[in-house]
Amino acid sequence: MATHDLQPHAWVDEYADYLYNYAVARVGEAEIAKDLVQETFFAGLKSAPNYKGEASERTWLIAILKRKVIDHYRKINSRKGKAEVRMQYNANTDSDGDWLEEQVADPFSVLENTSLENEELGMAIQECISKLPKKQSKVFTMKTIQGMETEVICKELGINPSNLWVMIHRARTALMGCLNENWFN
Amino acid sequence: MISCEEATLICNKTQYKESSLLERIQLRLHVLVCKTCGKYTKMNTQLTELCTRAELHSLTEAEKQALKERIAHSSGIKDVQAPDDSQP
Repeated sequence: MATHDLQPHAWVDEYADYLYNYAVARVGEAEIAKDLVQETFFAGLKSAPNYKGEASERTWLIAILKRKVIDHYRKINSRKGKAEVRMQYNANTDSDGDWLEEQVADPFSVLENTSLENEELGMAIQECISKLPKKQSKVFTMKTIQGMETEVICKELGINPSNLWVMIHRARTALMGCLNENWFN
Repeated sequence: MISCEEATLICNKTQYKESSLLERIQLRLHVLVCKTCGKYTKMNTQLTELCTRAELHSLTEAEKQALKERIAHSSGIKDVQAPDDSQP
């Protein structure tokens, strides 16, 4: 199968969590996000011959996932017969003042920015994790993201606690170096 | 006095709330006299905060394994495709 520079066998280890974070942030439901990630990989395999190597593998997969997210919303909308575009006057007020001006975001509100920033941060961290050696990224993910107990991880991976802490140390040091210093203060 | 290696280990354990009170006191004392470990501890603590703030998600190992198998399977068999690609 002509896959050019693509390496599908490594996709799951390298990109699954990255794509999954992206999907969860957009569809909000773990199960749906998982399905979308899987569909993305399948679609990637199918159109692998069209991959020209212009974008990085990850960028290319994210582009596919974006389409899948849009398709997902299109599907649930049409299922409910809500495919039409609805323009609504601001539902929270009774005022009938100027339409546009009332819709403008409050420049002093920090809420929107924080959630965007956190998503950006999440993707940055995920990207750095995927650059770690496989075993380190596995241990770090299990410990930090999945919050698993040291003992359980050791048992599952057949390592001892001091191995685990060495790997955690290496992973954390690498992440500190990888993450843009702007995130630290 | 504990060594820098021990201080680092305690610092890492602290990020996962797995250090004892005694260990944390030892770390505090070490950091008072060791700038390098002080800097490391600060960065490490911030990294933990960043990870919490980012609300990271991940698939479990079992889920990844299953996904790998499905990918291997469908890259071997050409006609397998993701469902619902067909538009009405």
